[in-house]
Amino acid sequence: MIQYIEQILPALLSGTKMTLSIFFWTLIASIPLGALVGLGLIQKFKPLVWLLNIYVWLMRGTPLLLQLIFVFYGLPILGIIFQRYDAALFAFILNYTAYFGEIFRGGFQSVPKGQFESARVLRLSYGQTIRKIVIPQVFKIVLPSIGNEVINLVKDSSLVYVIGLGDLLRAGNVATARDVTLLPLILVGIIYLALTAVCTIVLKMIEKRENVWQ
Amino acid sequence: MLEIKDLTKKFGTKTVIDDLSMTVKDNEIMAIVGPSGAGKTTLLRCITGLESVNQGQFFWNGTQFDPTNTDQKDTIIGVVFQDYQLFPNLTVMGNITLAPTMVKKLPLAEVQKTARELLARLGLEGKEDLYPFQLSGGQKQRVAIVRALAMNPKILCYDEPTSALDPALRDEVAEIILGLKKQQMTQIVVTHDMDFAQNVADEIKRVEQID
Repeated sequence: MIQYIEQILPALLSGTKMTLSIFFWTLIASIPLGALVGLGLIQKFKPLVWLLNIYVWLMRGTPLLLQLIFVFYGLPILGIIFQRYDAALFAFILNYTAYFGEIFRGGFQSVPKGQFESARVLRLSYGQTIRKIVIPQVFKIVLPSIGNEVINLVKDSSLVYVIGLGDLLRAGNVATARDVTLLPLILVGIIYLALTAVCTIVLKMIEKRENVWQ
Repeated sequence: MLEIKDLTKKFGTKTVIDDLSMTVKDNEIMAIVGPSGAGKTTLLRCITGLESVNQGQFFWNGTQFDPTNTDQKDTIIGVVFQDYQLFPNLTVMGNITLAPTMVKKLPLAEVQKTARELLARLGLEGKEDLYPFQLSGGQKQRVAIVRALAMNPKILCYDEPTSALDPALRDEVAEIILGLKKQQMTQIVVTHDMDFAQNVADEIKRVEQID
């Protein structure tokens, strides 16, 4: 059995690399973009708010799987062609930005108005106020919800198999189908558990660091 | 000297301040008193530029200024809010140094030195690295005072400085305000507490509810 594991492990690890790559780049892009969307959602300029609300509604209201298929198989009909990997990243970033945007909107709204006024009488600009006072407070407020989405993203990344990307789940699936054994799928499960465990620990560490102030 | 001429403020059709004029002399303490709903806080918010006015002019030593214009980096008005509104994510020192370093671009070391002196003067030495949640109400208020003073305003305004404190701390606030007066600070105190106003103020401005 050990020998078999050694035999399929390289394929699984290479799949893990793909999973991590999707995970990592989606987070790097969609957290800051989500913060921007959240900031847009609290503005007084109505057309912007409507536009962002429609975007959020579309992204949260349809399956991520549909969005993936739409980007990779649908858009080429309109002449917009993505490479597999780019299509996956594009769909994931669009989708997760919408979720993060809604989370950040809630965060921005829970910062008291007095904080903005206090900053204003000290002559801080809007940008300085957002950067130095609002974002740090929002970050602390949204951290648990962001954490949930981060864990979800680890697992959601497995959806990329529908557009033929070789991620962790696909690697396990291929091995199981070929060798008629449960072992690869169990290993895949263990690797996902390890990945989410690491995420949980890192999130807990960040939360602990944020607890120096209340 | 701060002069306010013919100030009118309406919320929709409701007039909250009707054609008010007043003068605050240098180094004096002006108390604005009146019942709740009389527009005291609204008046203060107009002076501090948090509300725009429907009509009226503001003059500082004869020069007209617009309190709502936040481009002006030389602050005329400093504010201590009723609930202080310290920034919870910053330490006491961070709260005080943020605006002078970011708005006035003063060197951090210099601002910290001034901040330490001001903190010591108000009995807050050793609290520099604490966060607001670790302070008592009275301490928070004094940090808010130091934060406002660090921007070197010409006039310091207080919105209901005694309302969130227990009675024993009332005299302490009065002492601080009178102490700042000795250092030539012009101050405006909005309060519903007549005794307190009489204790500290050189001049009392009464505002009444407009029907």
